Amino acid sequence: MKSLLTFPKGGTHPPEFKAQTQECGIEVMPVPDELELILGQHIGAPCEPTVSKREEVVEAGTIGEVKRGLGVPLHAPVAGKIKSIGVSAHPMRVSSPSVTIAVDHEAEAKKYEKQDWQSFDASELLAKVHDAGIIGVGGAGFPTHVKLKPPPNSPVDSLLLNGAECEPYITSDHRQMLEHGYEIVEGAKIILKILGINECHIGIENNKPDAIKKMTELAEQQSDGNCTLNVQALQVKYPQGSEKQLIQAITGRKVPAMALPAAVGVVVHNVSTAKAIYDAVVYSKPLYEKVVTIAGKGIARPANLQVKVGTKIKDIVEYLGGTQAGLAKIIMGGPMMGFAVSSLDIPVTKTTSAILFLSEDEIDTKPHSQCIRCGWCLEACPMGLEPKEIGIYVEANMAEDTEPFGVFDCFECGSCAYVCPAKRPLVQFIRLAKMKAKRPQ
Amino acid sequence: MSKQQESDGQATAMGGLWKVSISPHLKSSESVEKIMWTVVACLVPPLILSVFVFGIQTLFITAVSVVSCVVVEAISQKTLGRKVTIKDGSAVLTGLLLAFVIPPGVSPLLPILAAVFAIYIGKHLLGGIGYNFFNPALLGRAFLLASFPVAMTSAWLSPVEGFGIFSYLGTSIDAVSTATPLAVMKEQGMVAFTNMFGSGASLYTSFFMGWRPGCIGETSGFLLLLGGLYLLYRGYITWHIPVSILGTIAFLSWVVGGETYFTGDPLLAILSGGALLGSFYMATDYVTSPSNKTGQLVFGICIGALTVLIRIKGGYPEGICYAILLMNPLSTVFDTWFKPKRFAPPVGGAK
Ligand code: SF4
Ligand code: SF4
Repeated sequence: MKSLLTFPKGGTHPPEFKAQTQECGIEVMPVPDELELILGQHIGAPCEPTVSKREEVVEAGTIGEVKRGLGVPLHAPVAGKIKSIGVSAHPMRVSSPSVTIAVDHEAEAKKYEKQDWQSFDASELLAKVHDAGIIGVGGAGFPTHVKLKPPPNSPVDSLLLNGAECEPYITSDHRQMLEHGYEIVEGAKIILKILGINECHIGIENNKPDAIKKMTELAEQQSDGNCTLNVQALQVKYPQGSEKQLIQAITGRKVPAMALPAAVGVVVHNVSTAKAIYDAVVYSKPLYEKVVTIAGKGIARPANLQVKVGTKIKDIVEYLGGTQAGLAKIIMGGPMMGFAVSSLDIPVTKTTSAILFLSEDEIDTKPHSQCIRCGWCLEACPMGLEPKEIGIYVEANMAEDTEPFGVFDCFECGSCAYVCPAKRPLVQFIRLAKMKAKRPQ
Repeated sequence: MSKQQESDGQATAMGGLWKVSISPHLKSSESVEKIMWTVVACLVPPLILSVFVFGIQTLFITAVSVVSCVVVEAISQKTLGRKVTIKDGSAVLTGLLLAFVIPPGVSPLLPILAAVFAIYIGKHLLGGIGYNFFNPALLGRAFLLASFPVAMTSAWLSPVEGFGIFSYLGTSIDAVSTATPLAVMKEQGMVAFTNMFGSGASLYTSFFMGWRPGCIGETSGFLLLLGGLYLLYRGYITWHIPVSILGTIAFLSWVVGGETYFTGDPLLAILSGGALLGSFYMATDYVTSPSNKTGQLVFGICIGALTVLIRIKGGYPEGICYAILLMNPLSTVFDTWFKPKRFAPPVGGAK
């Protein structure tokens, strides 16, 4: 067997906690009575509603569009009536405009026709990806069609599919690969056609041997004269699934600071995004369903749920039999980079990959102390930054001067804060520093 | 980001239900306490051995030293209005290390004074743990050596006979004081040295196992090394500092440590004069050593070279103590010189 690929510098090994859900097949959750769709699902301009109060909507009908700027449309996940257009709680921002739909449980689920995608040309495919409202579902939510149109001055030669899933607890991509591997590989071929290239690598962390096996078989079967797909087994090391680290692990190329992967000839998409692209192109089905891992000791029944975008946390909790005593923290996303939320009214968005219900003993609540200069954070940082210095500067009210330590290269992976024996909230310090430090010219 | 999230990780949201804090929500199980207490544990076997070598007096001096360090730490933090953190084990460790580097025959007053100087002035007046730029234990020792030169250089005990660990009690210290090996070698020459301590394999064995005069921390090279290896295994220290120090000492002692060039005894050089204790337990102190690995190598080489220089030219056989103290304040400078390698600069070169 080939030796496992990884990124060379930094990284850490948090416990994986994946056993709780990795055997849980994807389960379709019944649609709740009400869905709340946040209009700003992606990076870029938020959608403006194209419907009004009390209007009837059909499943997959457009309810929001971006009039100016970067963005993709938003679709109704179900048939129903617009209950209100207002403001709702948002997992990352404090609040965001949203559309609430009262679900019509009588309406029949929409049927989709399968089409042969080979008959479309690249620009038709790209338009379908845009129209289906697809954004990078694994991470920040960058509109996918933009990534599929790299600037002409940086030609792209390979596509990477990210199946690393390096965050503890989360198994949704793992399940997608096991259960929808075919769609993912076809999705990859669609992306290759759009980009006009023929090389695709699928990176999967070695703690998912079944997914590696399955995807390798599929990749071999479906490679043809036009494209070569292959699976790369990756070492289990956090943050293997971070874009820059994944690119370095698989291709050896380093994406320069403040540049996009296209600068080194690579485009990266999450495996679940590839699945969404497949649905968008082959079935003309917009992105309005998400597979979300629900885990942690604080939930009665952990699961991998396929939910409609807009499903609120409280409906999921109710469906899974409630929370458990001792629940201390609810996180949207993984425990390393996710956001702690304070309300069960927050809805699932297109980028939600997990909701974790952690009990007191699963989280760290120890107060932090002064930096003992052990240097562990320096060793853990995959970007070669100096989190310890940033922390010390921020505490001394000198956040303005932290640029030389690399604050703007930090992608907040949390490796530094994870290893710090003094339990210093280094990511928090870095966020403050980012607000105050002077950007390099 | 809301104000609430910005404030410390303790904030609880909406009726105190769930905790809201900035990621990451997982932290490793390592902590400052765990590290400090592990190092303390590694020093216990050599301490126990020293009781058999020098008698119960050593245990007494160690206890005085540890208790006074902890008390001074608590009082300093109280008076300076800081949180009392004696549970983190760092004061205990300082006390232990201090006892390891002073002669076991000194008056108990000395470690008490050293504790006040090292912990109050050397640590807390400078800002507390993390801001002290001298190793507190070594600072305490240097202070004692400057203030009580006679006691500090003569109150060595030679190993007791058999298991008579109480035999020094009641005798006057002067009567039993003896010279440390490196001092003998320096002042009386190699012949006197071999007469006193033997030569060849038996010499190394007595040094390695601990049956010879010296301070507590010098007695057993074997147990110190074992503890050091355990710290390496746990990842609490890395090889960079100990290896660069010991390597440099061995090499330079071989080159210039003998009667003529290239006749020095490298093995003896690292088994004596507290070199093992210094390189594994003192120079590796996080606060007073560089954080970057390259910086640590340079730091270690400098300490090794200074140690040999002080041993040969300066007349202080236990030169490593001064070498470390001299290098301590340079750690932060080294950290600004040797920085981690950044992932990739922006296109178009450095900013
Ligand atoms: S959060 Fe930032 S500083 Fe910390 S390890 Fe990750 S990239 Fe480095
Ligand atoms: S890991 Fe924590 S204690 Fe160690 S140097 Fe970094 S910030 Fe300081």
